Amino acid sequence: MRVVNGFRGFLVAAVCCWMVIAAPPATAQIAIEILYLEHQRAQPPTLSNLDAPPLDDGLQGARLGIEDNATTGRFLKQSYALREVIVPPEGDFLAQAKQALAEKSAAFIVANAPADDLLALADLPETKDALIFNAGAPDTRLRQNECRANVLHTLPSRAMLADALMQFLVKKRWTKIMLIEGPRAEDKAFGQALRKSAEKFRASITAEKSWSLKADMRRNAAAEVPSLTQDADYDVVLVSDEAGDFGQYILYNTWLPRPVAGSQGLMPVGWHRAVEQWGAVQLQNRFREVAKRDMRARDYAAWAAVRSVGEAVTRQNTADVQKLAAYIRGPEFKLALFKGRALDYRPWNGQLRQPIPLVHTGALVALAPMEGFLHQTSDLDTLGIDGPETKCKMN
Amino acid sequence: MRLGILCALALAIATSGPAHAHLLYVTNEKDDTVSIIDTKTLEVVDTISVGERPRGITLSKDKTKLYVCASDSDTVQVLDVKTNKILYELPSGEDPEQFALHPDGGLLFIANEDDAVTTIVDTQTRTVVAQIDVGVEPEGMAVSPDGKWAITTSETTNMVHWIDVAERKLVHNSLVDQRPRHAEFDPDGKRLWVSSEIGGTVTVFDVESKKEIKKISFSLPGISQDRVQPVGIRLTRDGSLAFVALGPSNHVAVVDAKTYEIKDYLLVGRRVWHMAFTPEEDLLFTTNGVSGDVSVVDVNALKVIKTIKVGRYPWGAEILPTN
Repeated sequence: MRVVNGFRGFLVAAVCCWMVIAAPPATAQIAIEILYLEHQRAQPPTLSNLDAPPLDDGLQGARLGIEDNATTGRFLKQSYALREVIVPPEGDFLAQAKQALAEKSAAFIVANAPADDLLALADLPETKDALIFNAGAPDTRLRQNECRANVLHTLPSRAMLADALMQFLVKKRWTKIMLIEGPRAEDKAFGQALRKSAEKFRASITAEKSWSLKADMRRNAAAEVPSLTQDADYDVVLVSDEAGDFGQYILYNTWLPRPVAGSQGLMPVGWHRAVEQWGAVQLQNRFREVAKRDMRARDYAAWAAVRSVGEAVTRQNTADVQKLAAYIRGPEFKLALFKGRALDYRPWNGQLRQPIPLVHTGALVALAPMEGFLHQTSDLDTLGIDGPETKCKMN
Repeated sequence: MRLGILCALALAIATSGPAHAHLLYVTNEKDDTVSIIDTKTLEVVDTISVGERPRGITLSKDKTKLYVCASDSDTVQVLDVKTNKILYELPSGEDPEQFALHPDGGLLFIANEDDAVTTIVDTQTRTVVAQIDVGVEPEGMAVSPDGKWAITTSETTNMVHWIDVAERKLVHNSLVDQRPRHAEFDPDGKRLWVSSEIGGTVTVFDVESKKEIKKISFSLPGISQDRVQPVGIRLTRDGSLAFVALGPSNHVAVVDAKTYEIKDYLLVGRRVWHMAFTPEEDLLFTTNGVSGDVSVVDVNALKVIKTIKVGRYPWGAEILPTN
């Protein structure tokens, strides 16, 4: 780093007259504006508060996506802008979304909001012809019965995450599972995804425990967790605690010496700082420079959404939302997203096909789909809702 | 088929004689070292420490120095090939990944991956003479044999950037398939070859018109198309063959550079990145990132004859001729 600092100073002092700077896109022929709509979530009080989620989770990814698109766009006379509308937890998301759309219509929307907000947004007459990217809600129902024709999903569904983890467990032959489920709705949803996935890949949940919020694990973990996990035999403990409330205290406190996975321990994630292969270091570095923190799954989903629009505009050289949307959904669309292969969207429910990293806090352990899980068309479709089981009707 | 190979092998033995002893330098990305291999004994003779995350490596035109991109040290290190000691460092801009030397030996063109610029460094005065804005994640770098064109490929922008060397100006951009990683000119400078890692193709351009003349796809029986990811390209001096490293498919494609037909796929180590020929072009060495080794290809027989263990994540390869 010191070399660069010295070099930079030198550069500015002596060489700037030599610098050749590409002309700014003063006369951009295609100008794309993307609306970033977020409904911030109230963070519940948690026992484990070492890693509080950042307030700009998602937003920074969208910003980086715009920057990446703009760098490419410079050469093609295409410009990109992000309009940011962020609704606080207590605010009325739909009212503010309507107001934002009344001020100026939006062809492309990156939504980082809970499932019900997303559905309300997608059902507005104002967004009928828009393309909405869901970068915030992992709910599987949004990819099934409650899918929408104007919505694509860049965030993996809970079904995809659960399937990714389950493939790993089956491969390891850790097929006897104890499931500890938290009390919140999202914990139950992830627990349900894990149960379905266990059934799909022939693992068995031999014991189930519900976590109540009464114990203070900082004091009592060593006493309470062993007794909770004492009365069964299992190869692995799966935790469903999306808010990160108690899950961290399960590790190393189980009655049997067993690994912990799920929302803590070995985690299936859309993205994580431990992902470094496939050129991902570059993305991680670029992100850190912009955001001053590590890139997270929602950041990645928002970035992938903005990059999808950019890739389509680059290849199609048009601002026509219908043409671009058709191209993004179509068979020719391919996006390089630092997961080792070209990615595209599932035609039956608009979910971005993607490998799922399995990580712990310090390293990447595996990348699902695991080898050996075969599929007649794409092994990526062994994760989440596959074509034959879709209940999504786009129209 | 087998008879053909046997004949080729016999011919190779009859015509090539004993292999010459040159030195192959291999950068080990995750070991911060360079492995030196004797091309006659095919053994590692030395391992030297360099800066952090060494990747691109190239020999000076007078064959006395090696330039090494130490990406995470944000510098280009200059290695004395007699002593294998680092003489000095060149300013390089941030995160230099690949570079190419101008045929006159004076200017070094460096792709700065984290900065979306191409840096031009004068290797004599050791100063930056220009920085040119290019696309996101510039990686591939090539200079045409006549010294007129410098090419940068940008991985996330998916473009080939044509830089007019005399003007020091970007004059043209060509879109290619996803994640273009490497650019290589024909020995006669008429064509430019560009590999697209995620797109899975190699695009060949006519340099004069800058128009695409061919897109080559690869297909290996029993290997998922997802894993066919072209990276490094090397062409023989007579312009008859192109070797294309296909990344995690663990194969190198042998392409007839005239008809663009694929003649063969050679099984090498895991995740093959880049390659280097001996001056006689009797041997080709491939760096295999994941398996941490170098495969040795007999170019005449089109056979892999040996695997040599090197450091962790070998990336770039360059030959120092000893004759």
